[in-house]
Formats: sequence, structure tokens, C-alpha cells
Amino acid sequence: MSLSFFILALLTAAAAMGAMSLRPLVHCVLALVVSLSGLACLYLQLGAQFAGFAQLLVYIGAVGILIVFAVLLTRGDAMPPRRSLVQGRVFGLGVAVSVLGVLVWAISRSCLMSPALPPAPVATVEQIGDALMTLFVLPLELVGLLLTAALMGSVMIAMQEGEDK
Amino acid sequence: MIDALDQIFVAAKHRLMEPVPSRWQPLVSALLSIVPLLMVFPGLFALTTLLERKGLGRIQNRHGPNRVGPWGVLQPVADGLKTLTKENVVPRGAAPFIHFLAPVLLVIVSFLVYAVLPLGRNMVAVDLDAGVLFFFAVGTAAELAVFMAGWASRNKYSLLGAMRAIAQMISYEIPLILSAVTVVMVTGSLSTVRIVEAQAEYTGWIPHWFVMQPWGLAGFILFLISATAESNRSPFDLPEGESEIIAGYYIEYSGFKFALFFLAEYLGLFAVSGMAITLFLGGWHAPASWLEFIPSWACFFVKLLALIALFIWGRGTLPRFRQDQLMEFSWKFMIPMALVNLVSAALWQLMDCGPERWLVSFLLIATPYLLLGRSLFERNQFFKRTYRFAG
Repeated sequence: MSLSFFILALLTAAAAMGAMSLRPLVHCVLALVVSLSGLACLYLQLGAQFAGFAQLLVYIGAVGILIVFAVLLTRGDAMPPRRSLVQGRVFGLGVAVSVLGVLVWAISRSCLMSPALPPAPVATVEQIGDALMTLFVLPLELVGLLLTAALMGSVMIAMQEGEDK
Repeated sequence: MIDALDQIFVAAKHRLMEPVPSRWQPLVSALLSIVPLLMVFPGLFALTTLLERKGLGRIQNRHGPNRVGPWGVLQPVADGLKTLTKENVVPRGAAPFIHFLAPVLLVIVSFLVYAVLPLGRNMVAVDLDAGVLFFFAVGTAAELAVFMAGWASRNKYSLLGAMRAIAQMISYEIPLILSAVTVVMVTGSLSTVRIVEAQAEYTGWIPHWFVMQPWGLAGFILFLISATAESNRSPFDLPEGESEIIAGYYIEYSGFKFALFFLAEYLGLFAVSGMAITLFLGGWHAPASWLEFIPSWACFFVKLLALIALFIWGRGTLPRFRQDQLMEFSWKFMIPMALVNLVSAALWQLMDCGPERWLVSFLLIATPYLLLGRSLFERNQFFKRTYRFAG
């Protein structure tokens, strides 16, 4: 546990809080992006180069921009009315407690809690590429197929709207 | 002697490192790698603004700046002083923090990508395993900075400019990355240093650059067009479009923040040109075997200046796209061609050396190019712009 970990963790958590509680929608999006890039930095700090850069590329370059686009195209940057936090508090608490329970259960069963830690695996970019192209080539192709189907579906929806006009 | 000149900067760094105690060495080493980058490329920016204004002036049959200093060479200094002394205006309706953060973020991101560019033999700030991935991953943050600038200014023109910029950047990012992927596929490495090494050999005196191969040439052209669009330069300067939306996303920026936007734009241009050189033009290798006595860093910068000249030439001669033309060009032409190019590069890699693979690779690019171009032309997607009211 180094100082940089604490700084990054604090930044990530604070930005996540901001994403939930800030009022202007665009500020929420920007806070979310900060949180996601904090996660990418955490990956990098753990030595997972590929995962870190892929996180940056996908979540900031694609997902962040997409959310920005969606926000701008739908509601603009009008301030939403102040949401009451009381409403649904019990339900939210239930969800939070159950998520916490699952996490605690998972961590307590994992090898992290055993006294002798296994040696950290070294995963170079080359190894990841090899694994993706040999052992996991079928899941990879399936993900590609799924995304293509989603793309075609969205194009179909957009085209039908055009015909109605 | 030649080697000494080639390695002069590396040797200088080692000399400077010697008296430093070992505890401080990592920090000093990092500083010695970073500070030259922070000095050289803004210097090149100043030089380029002058060259660009001079070059554009010549293209448009006028003189360009010629009042400050002999032949106007001190014009960048005058520009710098002017922007530094201007008042910093922030609109009342703006989101002040984001308004301030956007140019800063943009400049930081533009500098970060230089970390993986090999500027010469043994001259790279960090040799990352996933260098090419780093370059594109960090580069995407620029889009967000542009959006922040456009949104935080609370001005309809800046927001329009930001929307245009984001739409353009995400559309052209796909062919940009896909054309870079061909090189990664053929070299089997994401490291920029490894990619430059893969282009080291010569046949006769002709270098083995990727641009010399059919798929590489197509990839290089696709990369260059996408790079122009990514750095918002003419003919892809719709996000700025001064005749349509005044200055796009930096309309509400004044003084030094405005200069920072300009700096970031040019830094992005240099970075992406440097990446094109690394991927397709053999990095710091000499352009012919009998020119190998030239220091590697000089080769790199000569190539960089040549590409900059190409960009200036393009800016001076090409008219601006229309928004729908821009989108169609990317989605209907660039992306299909980049995908076809990917297949071509894969076949090139799998086939044996010989004339067949040159033929197959060439045909695989030329045929779709002709068919796609013809069909788009016949459907009147790209037609010559006619002026209805101006004679």
C-alpha cells in the first residue's frame, strides 16, 4: 500500500461520489470520467499496462464521449430539480448492504486472506494477445458478433425513425 | 565521430547523471528526458506558426509577416508577448473551473503522448510495452477537453464547435487506429521502439519502410487523412470554421488560454506526425543506406518538418468540407478502406516472400478503392461544389 495508491483511491472514490451527487448533468459526466481514469491509473499502478490503457481508451475515449453526446442530444444541460434523497433510501440501503456483503464474502474466500500470497503473475501485452488469439478466440469472436448485432439494431432503430417523418 | 554525433544527446544525459547521487537518479533521469521535450516542441511550434504564415502567404500570393525582425522571423515572439499581455476574459455564465481546466488538460494530454515517440536512436522517454496503445489512449482525452471548453463557455457557437469536434474526432479515430493496427499486426509488437527496429533494413539502398509496401502506402495515406481530421486542420477545420461558427470551441477564450489552445493543436499535429513517421516512415532511420551518416535525430526532425510542410500545403490549397460530406467520407469511405487494408496486411504477413504477395496486396486495395470510389461518385455523394449566388 503506497502513497500513490491512497491518492488514486481517494480521487476515484471522491469522483464517484461527485458523479452521484453533483447537480448539473455534465458535471456528473465529467466526475464519472475522472473516476474511470482513476481506475485506469490504479490498473497501471498494479503493473497491468494493457488493462490500464484499454480502460483509458474505451471508457474515456468511447464511453465518456458517448455519455456526453447522449446528455447533449437529449436533455441539454438544464439543471434537474433537486432530487430528494429520502425517497428510496431504504431500498438503496438494502442494495448497498447486499453489495457490501457479496464483496466481503468474495474477498474473505479469495487467496488474498490466506497468509501466503501466491507470486504475482506477470502478464505482458504479448501474453494477453496470445491468449486472446488462441485460447479465448471464440469468446472474443462472440463479443464481436454481439457488438455487430447491437450496432445493426441501433442503425435499424435510427432508420425507422427517419421513415416516419 | 558519426556515432558520437548520433548519440550526442544520450551521452550528454549520461554525463549529467554521473554526479547525481543514486537516490535522486530516477527523478533526475526523468527530468532530463522530459525537459528537452517541453523545450523543443513548443520551440518547433513557434517556428511552425511562422513557417505556416509565410507558406500560406506565398500560396495566396502575398508576403506573410515581414515586419518584426529581418524577414519577420521574430513574429512568434511578438505573438507570444501579445497573448501574454492580453486580459483574461471569462464569460459570466461560464462554469469557471471547467473553463479554466479545459486548455490545461488539452496541453497536458498533448505533451503526454510524446513520451512514447522515439526521436532518435536510444532517444525515447519511456519504452512502453504498449506504446502505440498509450499514444491513442491518452490522445482520446483531448476530445473530452475540447468538449469541456465548448460546454463551459456557455455560448452556442462554442457548443456547436465542440459538438462538431467530437463528432469529427470519434469518426476519424476509427480509421486512424485501424490503419495503425496494420503495422502492429505485421511487426507483432505495440512498442514504438520495436516498430522502428522492424524497418531498419535496406534492399540495395532502398529502406524497408512500411510505406514502401502496398498495404503500408494505403495505411499511411489513411493515417495521414485521419490525422489531419484529428488535429482539426484544414480541410477538416469545421470545429473552428471561422466563417460559420466564428472560432468554434475556443471562441470564449482570450489571452494566454487562447494561445494554449493553439499550442495544443500544433503539439497534437506534431505528435501524430511523429507517430506516422514511427509507424510508416521508418522512424529515425535514414531514407537511404548511403545517408546513414546523418544523425538519427536529424532524420526524424527532417521527416517531421517535411510532414508539417505537407500539412501547410494542404491547408493552403484544399477547401473546407461540409459537415455531411465529412461524416460520409469517414463512414462510407475511410472505415471500409481501413478494414480492407487490414485484410491486405494480414495476407501480406501470411504469404511467402515473392511477387505474388505484392500483386495480391495491391489488388486487394486497388479494387475496393476503385469500386467504392466509383459507387460513391455515381450516387452523387461527392460532387463538385457549385456556387449558386456567387458568380
